[in-house]
Amino acid sequence: MHIVACVKVIPDTHEVRFDPQTNALIREGVPLIINPFDENAIEEALRLADQHGGRVSVLSMGPPAAEAALRTALAMGADDAYLVSGREFAGSDTWATSYILAQAVRTIGDFDLVLCGKQALDGDTAQVGPGVAERLGIPQVTYAIELTVQGGRARAKRVLDDCFEVVEVKLPALMTVVKQINEPRRPGLKNVMKAKKAPVTVWSTAADIGADPNLCGFCGSPTVVTRIFAPERTRSGEILEGATEERVTTLVTRLRDLGLRSTA
Amino acid sequence: MDLSFTEDQQAIVDAVKEFCAEELAPHAAEVDASGEFPWPQVQKLAEMDLLGIPVPEDYDGLGMDFLTWGVVGELLSSGCTTTGAVYGAHMLAVYPILAFGTDEQKDRYLRPLARGEAVGAFGLTEPNAGSDAGSVATRAELKGDEYILNGSKIFITNGGDAEVYVVIANIAPEKGTRGLTAFILEKGMEGFTFGKNEEKMAFHSLSNRELVFQDARVPQANVLNKLGRGFRVAMDTLSVGRIGMAVGAVGLAQAALDAAVPYAQTRQQFGQPIANFQAVQFMLADMATEIEAARLLAYQAAWRKDQGLEFEKQAAMAKVFASEACTRATSKAVQVHGGYGYTREFQVERYLREAKLFEIVEGTSEIQRLVIANRVLREYQS
Repeated sequence: MHIVACVKVIPDTHEVRFDPQTNALIREGVPLIINPFDENAIEEALRLADQHGGRVSVLSMGPPAAEAALRTALAMGADDAYLVSGREFAGSDTWATSYILAQAVRTIGDFDLVLCGKQALDGDTAQVGPGVAERLGIPQVTYAIELTVQGGRARAKRVLDDCFEVVEVKLPALMTVVKQINEPRRPGLKNVMKAKKAPVTVWSTAADIGADPNLCGFCGSPTVVTRIFAPERTRSGEILEGATEERVTTLVTRLRDLGLRSTA
Repeated sequence: MDLSFTEDQQAIVDAVKEFCAEELAPHAAEVDASGEFPWPQVQKLAEMDLLGIPVPEDYDGLGMDFLTWGVVGELLSSGCTTTGAVYGAHMLAVYPILAFGTDEQKDRYLRPLARGEAVGAFGLTEPNAGSDAGSVATRAELKGDEYILNGSKIFITNGGDAEVYVVIANIAPEKGTRGLTAFILEKGMEGFTFGKNEEKMAFHSLSNRELVFQDARVPQANVLNKLGRGFRVAMDTLSVGRIGMAVGAVGLAQAALDAAVPYAQTRQQFGQPIANFQAVQFMLADMATEIEAARLLAYQAAWRKDQGLEFEKQAAMAKVFASEACTRATSKAVQVHGGYGYTREFQVERYLREAKLFEIVEGTSEIQRLVIANRVLREYQS
């Protein structure tokens, strides 16, 4: 089987800092990492390919630096790597991104399954995976914590807020995965060094993936992010004093006064 | 003078740094407390292809150089000193087989060592042969097509857990050091057993066992290099080992600095972080300076070896300087932590206890000074 894993490169959220004056995100000099859920997607793709035989292709849309992430995926065991990177794609929101990725997946062609991480830690929208599925006209199953494939069908256990749901779907399909689905393998150095020399296909124009340039980048994005900032802390907390019984009573009273009611 | 890493070296350094931070450092205290050989950590080193860095790809190694091996050793030591020590001692079996082995010996022993399927150890030291390595008393006598070994070794790192041992014994005691010969032994060979594991000041999970030879039977094919050439094998192996000890000491000293600085920045006395006080700043400055100097000495020695230049003097300098700097650095780290630094709650007390080993093992500081003086005097002879 042929599995395509979609990967996004994001600023390392542990290293993110905010400018104290403007409260805006400081992007310069922040190291880039693979979105952690996408590592799970790559691992799941490799796991399924190990089990059923087949190929794993990794795909990313991003700046040239995203190539490093693709090489990590190759070191983990992926067979082919594709990078969509160019001026025409810059400034894409999730609408344009899902269009571009869907076109890229079509260009790669002949796939049975597309795997994505459930969301990217920088945007946190979780929109791109489902967007790609819609544009490809294939079924989507999100928040998969367990995935099996048999005879042209995939079965996924979804983790939702208050329950698990098992869904079966005919391939080709797209799935988004959660962290708990697997533990991504750490590539050995031999594979890391081999991957450094492996070829990565780079598509730098819309024409390369048969996309309409008006539907890419800034011009293809109905939404624009005008500002990212950390909220100002205006209120400080209050520490309740006294014996436990007293504090519980005070707390319940305060919560009631705030209009919060028990639904029990 | 280009002091930067190549792309390949940098890729390896980046991958190992991440590995140490995520997989080694969080368990280092646990590993030390367990008192057991760190098999899970060694397994991870094998999976990461870290146990054969300078071994050619033909023999299942990474085909890199000794500088890379050294830098990785520093990082591993920083993350988990016990794992770093196993890694360093492993090379003492890898190197002699790599440098002196026949194709058959490399096939049989170098491959599993490089793949991490076997751990290595080096048996030279005896109860009466420490600094006086030449007076090794373990005897090897030829009987038919086997050598029969009798004697014992002590303090052997990885002893008992390693599968492959390079052992120095004497085939002709009347010839003194010219009778010394290197042999490759396997765990399980008849007559080859293990004695007690030393209880040490630190490194409780590092194996330092006695090797016991009671009519141990070693095939002739396992003679490493030629008969009577064991002293050369030992000296060359120890030179490489010195680089390993130097980077191990640098890694430990770095860990001590990495603990001391954040502590000094957080701990408040007299209304401010103690990092504001010059007395503390001077300690941190001295630690950082000596670590940098030790690191460069060690890297230089490794680089010289890779270039085929004479490196024994530099290796000895790196080892003596790094180990003594490490003791100073770890002691300062405890001092910066004040009373808390003396408690088991913080790791720095363990670092100080661990540091001392580096001044003794693989050639004491005194021996290193003799090696250096010997070379220096020679340089000035007209």
